[in-house]
Amino acid sequence: MDNMKHAIRFFLVILALSPAMAYAAGDAPHAPEQDWSFSGPFGTYDKASLQRGLLVYRQVCAVCHSMKHLFYRDLEALGYDEGQIKAIAAEYTVTDGPDDEGEMFERPARPSDKFKSPFANEKQAKAANNGALPPDLSLITKARHGGADYVHAILTGYEEAPEHVELLPGQNYNKYMPGHIIAMASPLMDDQIAYEDGSPQTVDQYAKDVAHFLTWAADPYMEDRKRTGIKVILFLLAFAAVMYAVKRKTWADQH
Amino acid sequence: MASGKRESFDNPVVEWIDSRLPLFTLMNKEYGVFPVPKNFNYFWNFGAIASFMLITMIVTGIILAMQYTANIHMAFDSVERIMRDVNFGWLIRYIHMNGASFFFIAVYIHIFRGMFYGSYKAPREILWILGVIIFLLMMATAFIGYVLPWGQMSYWGATVITNLFSAFPIIGEPIVTWLWGGFSVDNPTLNRFFALHYLLPFIIFAVVFLHVWALHVCGSNNPLGIEPQDKKDTLPFHPYYTMKDSFGLLVFLILFCAFVFFMPDALGHPDNYIPANPLVTPAHIVPEWYFLPFYAILRAITFDTNLVMLGGFGLMFMPFFWNVLAMLVKQFAKMDLPRFKAMTPKAPFLIGGLVVAGAGFALSGLIPLLTDVTIIEAKLGGVLAMFGAIVLWIFMPWLDSHPVRSAMFRPVFKTLFLILVVDFIFLGYVGSQPADAMLVGLPLSIFGLIATAYYFAFFVVVLPILSVTEQGKPLPKSIHDAVLSQHKAAKAAKK
Repeated sequence: MDNMKHAIRFFLVILALSPAMAYAAGDAPHAPEQDWSFSGPFGTYDKASLQRGLLVYRQVCAVCHSMKHLFYRDLEALGYDEGQIKAIAAEYTVTDGPDDEGEMFERPARPSDKFKSPFANEKQAKAANNGALPPDLSLITKARHGGADYVHAILTGYEEAPEHVELLPGQNYNKYMPGHIIAMASPLMDDQIAYEDGSPQTVDQYAKDVAHFLTWAADPYMEDRKRTGIKVILFLLAFAAVMYAVKRKTWADQH
Repeated sequence: MASGKRESFDNPVVEWIDSRLPLFTLMNKEYGVFPVPKNFNYFWNFGAIASFMLITMIVTGIILAMQYTANIHMAFDSVERIMRDVNFGWLIRYIHMNGASFFFIAVYIHIFRGMFYGSYKAPREILWILGVIIFLLMMATAFIGYVLPWGQMSYWGATVITNLFSAFPIIGEPIVTWLWGGFSVDNPTLNRFFALHYLLPFIIFAVVFLHVWALHVCGSNNPLGIEPQDKKDTLPFHPYYTMKDSFGLLVFLILFCAFVFFMPDALGHPDNYIPANPLVTPAHIVPEWYFLPFYAILRAITFDTNLVMLGGFGLMFMPFFWNVLAMLVKQFAKMDLPRFKAMTPKAPFLIGGLVVAGAGFALSGLIPLLTDVTIIEAKLGGVLAMFGAIVLWIFMPWLDSHPVRSAMFRPVFKTLFLILVVDFIFLGYVGSQPADAMLVGLPLSIFGLIATAYYFAFFVVVLPILSVTEQGKPLPKSIHDAVLSQHKAAKAAKK
């Protein structure tokens, strides 16, 4: 498996001179690779981890970070049934309207609503966060080199700043942040969120679960994609084998 | 048909149509019995593969256009909607995204195959030039297409590349404003880019049609680079090459699908999943991988070109300019000036010119009125070099007038050409790195400049000199002969 990973990587570099190479030697250390159930061509999401990750997001991240590309109904993929999704959605209040009188009104969210954002707009989000804008997390694992590894690394990479680094108020030091300065304070502590399934209640586990959840959020069709891909590749291999035989047969009188 | 002769078909429906509009006769003539050299290797699959990719891109592109919204406030979200809420939208978009890369892979192999086997030489000059035009159109289409998702790289890539035109004196700034439709990359820019991204593929399709037409007039080149003489040298296109192309295409598609289904974002840049933000510049702005060699050439020119250097470059091309002048004089003044013949050694001009240009570069700014007169500023020099690197291909049939086509029979050309391929890939690496990167303790930009110099030297110095000096190995009598003796050798080796 490791060999194949290396082969794929080597192939990538040779074939494509992927711009990712430009970042291999960036200024922040590479996010350490974690063992994810979704890695590799046969990898799938771990629903228990996704559910725990959703919990972490809702209790911690959602205070500042929106996920505006997701609908509550999308949570079906995490293994929740319709009733559970309705219950989750109903915990949020959204603005709807205008009604017949032309007035906007508040109502509990429904599965067909998008995830409620913590702030009304970017200005409000910045005002509440010392001028820093908490990025939307719908696509965060696709939008950063390292993906889930990066998210996990950031959440577990908080450290005391070295002596030569002077932090301004509202700044924090993180080993894995490019440039090391990050506006977000360390968001997780051990035993901060109660897990019902007996998983360890550690920062590391919280970070893994929420990174898992965010990977799903950015790439909800990954399992479909890989399943289809295996069928497509098998079909193409068989078809190519047949075509090779046909080609040999056609050319037989020329050899 | 004009000749009035048309072989009839047995199928009455086909015959009914064909006697009114000879579509079947045409297809049979061009793709059925069309004679093709029988000694193609698998490098000759890539024309068919590239056509397949073009169709794939057009079909998936039209479907995406049905869901996409070309507005700066909605474009990014509309792409995400395609990925999440449109049935199989993720599949169509990933095919389109990776299809662009694989289209370029096929076309790059196709181009370098043409160079290696001398496919640009007479009588295939127009065929070749149409190919270069297709490549230029593809680059424009791909660049514009990358802007449409309106991510960070879309926005900043568009800003950097459109700004290149501002390097031209006087007309530069107005051109940029005109391209943008405003004073920065903004909604009008996105709108026109979308319109052009929909238009250009059909123009490419039309030029591909001309390309194939020209191919079917002069016939395919082949690995030996000698023209087929009789029927023994050729095979009908169908079934021989239809079957071989199908097999090659399927192998290519396996590779393509491996990317589409298992690493769809590997060839893209993560920053393009961040919505465009005019207030935040990404740390490194890099174009798509298939532009990197040319991006490296753009960045390699960090110096101004002075009067002496320009004179040196002019001296290198003296014979060419002189012949153009002689042609014009003959046309308009009916006077015959002596001309440089194809086989006249041009090395004195080329090397003399290089020495003058080199001296001008070394003494830059030192000699008043000569080397301290800047003619082309560094930025414009980079832009000219980048576009020149491709436009140069158009002149290949004349830069290389060696009578032998295939590199198989030109050992010196072969070696220097393979170095060019490595050089080109290395330029791609240079283009992917930040401007201040280092390699073995030296600034990478120095290597970029050397690689750029080799790139240009290959076309404007090596090719003309080799045209005259390279001996070349004896050519086989015919394709048939060569194929037969190859088989005999292979059989003997087995025993």
